Amino acid sequence: MSTETAAAPVESAPAAPETKRARKHRKFSPWSVVAWIVALGFFFPVAWMVLTAFKQEGDAYTTPPKLFFTPTLDQFKAVLDSGIGTALLNSAFATAMSTIVVLVLGVPAAFALSLRPVRKTKDALFFFISTKMLPIVAAIIPLYVIVNDIGLLDNIWALIILYTAMNLPIAVWMMRSFFLEVPGELLEAASMDGASLWTSVREVILPLVSPGIAATALICVIFSWNEFFFAVNLTAVQAQTIPVFLVGFITGEGLYWARLSAAATLAALPVILAGWVAQNKLVRGLSFGAIK
Amino acid sequence: MTTIAEKPTAGGTSDRVRELREAKDDSVSRAEGWRRRGPLLPALIFMIVVTQIPFLFTLYYSTQSWNLVRPGSREFVGLQNYADVFQDSQFREVAVNTVILIVGTVLISVVLGLLLALLLDRAFLGRGIVRTLLITPFLVTPVAGALLWKTTMFDPVFGIVNFVLSPFGVGQVDWVSKFPLASVMVSLVWQWTPFMMLLILAGLQSMPRDILEAARVDGAKPFAMFRELTLPHLRRFIELGAVLGAIYLINTFDAIYMMTQGGPGTASANLPFYIYQRAFLGFDIGQAAAMGVIVVIATIVVATLALRLIFKSFSGNEEAA
Repeated sequence: MSTETAAAPVESAPAAPETKRARKHRKFSPWSVVAWIVALGFFFPVAWMVLTAFKQEGDAYTTPPKLFFTPTLDQFKAVLDSGIGTALLNSAFATAMSTIVVLVLGVPAAFALSLRPVRKTKDALFFFISTKMLPIVAAIIPLYVIVNDIGLLDNIWALIILYTAMNLPIAVWMMRSFFLEVPGELLEAASMDGASLWTSVREVILPLVSPGIAATALICVIFSWNEFFFAVNLTAVQAQTIPVFLVGFITGEGLYWARLSAAATLAALPVILAGWVAQNKLVRGLSFGAIK
Repeated sequence: MTTIAEKPTAGGTSDRVRELREAKDDSVSRAEGWRRRGPLLPALIFMIVVTQIPFLFTLYYSTQSWNLVRPGSREFVGLQNYADVFQDSQFREVAVNTVILIVGTVLISVVLGLLLALLLDRAFLGRGIVRTLLITPFLVTPVAGALLWKTTMFDPVFGIVNFVLSPFGVGQVDWVSKFPLASVMVSLVWQWTPFMMLLILAGLQSMPRDILEAARVDGAKPFAMFRELTLPHLRRFIELGAVLGAIYLINTFDAIYMMTQGGPGTASANLPFYIYQRAFLGFDIGQAAAMGVIVVIATIVVATLALRLIFKSFSGNEEAA
């Protein structure tokens, strides 16, 4: 298989005038079928979850599993009645606020570490990323005590602060890699035209890196929305986020698969959609900008 | 192709050098220095406060005998907690589980990710859709993902896995209670393979095609080309994937919490879950803190090597740029 794939681009290389589109239709290889099957296999659990969410409980528990059934919205209604709304709002608020704070703190920092590097840039970068390497669990006890002492237990702001700390290093690294791509000549030209630093930032740099800022924001959204460890330890009822709600829902409702699937679908869907939109930038964010 | 650490873009280098030099010559370079540092400081201070202070507390708590169930029991015990942790055979088992979980998940997902990336590194009908489907497991809220595997996939009676395997004579196996660690690993591999695939695919697409072409003209066999050219080129991408995967996986908590609760016994507990149990279910703050410190020290050793890799692997090798 590897041989086939390694050779494929080479075979098509001499036919340079051929357009990309034509090549796409010309090539047919059994490996494409394999790729499709594997992809559907990986996707299957998610598809099954969404499918189950539209079932009646009876249809969810059958052997053999039921592929065809009369879809119903009952499970979604039941889940919405059980207070998932508050959890969704909490998650949305924590995610949005922490992402905003990350950008407010992270974009200037990335700027300082790229286009106008400070002394000890390397040390600062090292410090940021080293915080990602340490197991969160080593800090959770004092965090619990501190958060309790300052009265932020079961308060969404505690999560906002921690999610900011969780995502800031990734954002700084990722944004830095976008800033480094700004062509030096552009900045030079701007300063020769007499533009002040602020003007060239606003007029030249920001427009160029704004897609990068958007991609960074989406990465932060994905991580904050899916975060569970802080949320389960530092929130209870008031500030519970969607993953914590899911856990409580299981203990409260027992194992109603269809209903659980509906709740899980509502929890997972926003991030899946965001990730699909940002998939081109995903790898860069997830690798801290080390790869573009 | 790659941008990292100390490798500025080609055009930027001379600019930056000039800028720095100008700043140095300037009589107000001190003010300029602060102006440069200014944008960095809020983020730096925020990170120091939020991440370093709690750890100092952890260090302090680890010297205390402090169990919330026994009020007034709190006292300084020096390194006693550490001695206890090292004598705790469960801690050792859990540490081994943690290593198995990380190494196993990283290895399997890197290999699967490599195979998938090779499959996707060609133009074919619906490649975009295939990639989209493949990355979805990585996006699913881990709690939901773990729940999904525990119920609809691994359930002994109604689970899809047993249904699919039934023609092969596999009966109603209760995967999660019989193979708890492996079950957790399956769900983690499912989540992390897409990440490795994306990373390695990025590597494949940065392969210089002319070198492959030259090798082909020289009569190299496809497999030899893969081994001699593609794999060495992919090496740093694979390394980066393994390092990043390990960084994220050391904190694995959701999957274990949802699927096995670390059980049976501590058969599937990893260090984060075990420390959580000690602290929040056993209320043994001192012991849990000592474990936290030990985990951090162990991680620092590994992470120092890993960081060096991240910094170096993408700045040294220019052949792909």
